[in-house]
Amino acid sequence: MPGSTRRRWRGSVIVLLPLLLAAGCGGDEEEGTGGAQATKVVKIGVIAPLSGDLTATGTGIRNSVELAIRQANEKNKVPGWRIELAAEDDAAKPDVGAAAAAKLSSDAAVVGVVGTYNSSVALQTAPVLERANIVQISPANTNDTLTRGQNFKTSPTRPYKNYFRTATLDSLQGGFAADYAYNDLKVKNVAIIHDKKAYGQGLADSFKGQFEKLGGKIIATETINPGDKDFSAVLSKIKPLNPDMLFYGGEYPEASLISNQAKGPQAMKAPLMGGDGIVDATYGKTAGAAANGDYGTSVGAPPEKLDSAKQFLADYKAAGFKDSYSAYGALAYDAANAIINTLPTALGSATAVDDAVRRKVLDAVGKVNFGGASGTVAFDQYGDTVTKALTMYKVEAGVFNPIKTGEFKG
Amino acid sequence: MRQFLQQLVNGTVLGATYGLIALGYTMVYGIIQLINFAHGEVFMVGAFGGLTVYRYWLPDSLASNVWVALPAVLIGAIAVAVGVAVVMERLAYRPLRNAPRLAPLITAIGVSIFLQEAVRLFYPGGKRQQAFPQMISSGTFDVGGVTVPWVSVFVVVVAVALMVGLQVFVKTTKTGKAMRATSQDPESAKLIGIDVDRVIVVTFVLGAALAAVAGVMQGMRFAQIDFRIGFLAGLKAFTAAVLGGIGNIKGAVLGGFLLGIVEALATQYVPHGSSWKDVWAFVVLIGVLVVRPGGLLGERVATRA
Repeated sequence: MPGSTRRRWRGSVIVLLPLLLAAGCGGDEEEGTGGAQATKVVKIGVIAPLSGDLTATGTGIRNSVELAIRQANEKNKVPGWRIELAAEDDAAKPDVGAAAAAKLSSDAAVVGVVGTYNSSVALQTAPVLERANIVQISPANTNDTLTRGQNFKTSPTRPYKNYFRTATLDSLQGGFAADYAYNDLKVKNVAIIHDKKAYGQGLADSFKGQFEKLGGKIIATETINPGDKDFSAVLSKIKPLNPDMLFYGGEYPEASLISNQAKGPQAMKAPLMGGDGIVDATYGKTAGAAANGDYGTSVGAPPEKLDSAKQFLADYKAAGFKDSYSAYGALAYDAANAIINTLPTALGSATAVDDAVRRKVLDAVGKVNFGGASGTVAFDQYGDTVTKALTMYKVEAGVFNPIKTGEFKG
Repeated sequence: MRQFLQQLVNGTVLGATYGLIALGYTMVYGIIQLINFAHGEVFMVGAFGGLTVYRYWLPDSLASNVWVALPAVLIGAIAVAVGVAVVMERLAYRPLRNAPRLAPLITAIGVSIFLQEAVRLFYPGGKRQQAFPQMISSGTFDVGGVTVPWVSVFVVVVAVALMVGLQVFVKTTKTGKAMRATSQDPESAKLIGIDVDRVIVVTFVLGAALAAVAGVMQGMRFAQIDFRIGFLAGLKAFTAAVLGGIGNIKGAVLGGFLLGIVEALATQYVPHGSSWKDVWAFVVLIGVLVVRPGGLLGERVATRA
């Protein structure tokens, strides 16, 4: 009896298999074409956190890329070809991101990837995609080493020839923060706290470099452990030095606690300033009233304030996405368009995407120059964006509000 | 000198929380020789219980009245923590009472992960930090240049009161006597008519209640909680319990305060102290264990079969 059941089951699988395959193919064909003519397919990948804590940010990136693709298809920007989106979740984890990159590079139709959100994930995806000559453009990575190698300060060398980004660098972010603190806030004595992570320490170092160059004084540098809750001891140590401001290199979970404890239990008056790691809606909620008057820098200009982004914002709204475009939406939209713009020439008379096409796209992305939603989209010899806009935000009534957008010239 | 006193105050407040949680570790260990690694999560769940009462049950008119809100939050926290601890003991530990020691230890780690994930997945917005009501004024006062927040006074006073209360309970009441008897020899305790199962449940209940109070205190001090707070707090409290001599109630209190103060002073006086403070805390632990393997107040190393 059991034997016959199993045999019958196996039989049904054999019958079903072709059906499933057919259904699978049908699914691919279905979107958009209407089946009129056999259009050739080219794919643009997305690698971003689509699950976990950072889902909102990742979904905004994915949707913005999808919007760019939809518009290109509607306008028939690449005649004879239909562009498809291949979105992969990296869960903000390097190993998951590496697997996603491997999956995309094995898909013959993929010519380029927009992503990732986390610098640590990009360190894993860039080399995988590089081997397949697939261009990667990140809308959000800020770590300097991604485009300028380990010795980015002294002898920058580009580690991945396929890696570009529309986001600016931590070294510029720290410098921009230092400029603002010294020139606009007239702050002279700053105490630095950082969490020893690549992002936090890098940001703190670049702030320190520029702030001291301007003539400011770093009166203390303290480090903390990510995950700690009680910062009273380290704040008590800093307090007698009377800093005008605290600069924090790290992310919002610790930053909100430090802000709260500095102003509450320690009765300190100095505001806290940080980078894009603390500019998050949670910060104002968990730091409470203490957060008001704190500062944070972020990459790019706020899209709501940019004339160039008006069309993007209107289109995004009209497209009916459930989630917000998030902080990196405009930058992701521009990244996708940088790839799309190269396709008409790169694909040329090709019948399918192959290595030659990927190489052409890669070369062409390095030379793009167009007005995007976030500003001019063009890349320097390292693959970094030439638009180095940064924005200073200030917490008012628990919310980060943009107060100054500018560039850091160094 | 002023800095020294300031850090002493910081350390004492930190230590009060460690001590309260450490009591739960040490009592459970004293009775059934189980290192209940899920105890840190009981602390976390307690804090969330208090938050739930404040956020969903207290009408807004009462929430601003500290004399109503604070007791309500504490009771909510204790109720949830005790409930979780009792269920945990009944379902996870009691069936393993006579199993090899390693089995309940691994189970405790499993329970710990279960509780963390349960809060992360099912508490509304549990993935992110939750703002916790401060209730007591966030103000401070100065004593000879030393800044003391009012909430810290509350934390230390309540913690010390509970520690003394527990000591009195264990020394004078009948249940306390039964606890001590069970701790010394469960077999003989059973023979003279002590309901050992009940004593064990009472132990878990007391430990959970103290942890819940510590959870509310932490929430009030930092104005936020998240599902991860139990891990580090539990680890530090466990260290405090071992430092003082695990199984010894006074030892847990002493260990808690000592650990908190060492951390605060290390931050002040050791270069790079703020990130190395945990290292110095463990250096002290190792130093003490080398000289006194049973911990500071540990009378004997538990070698009972």
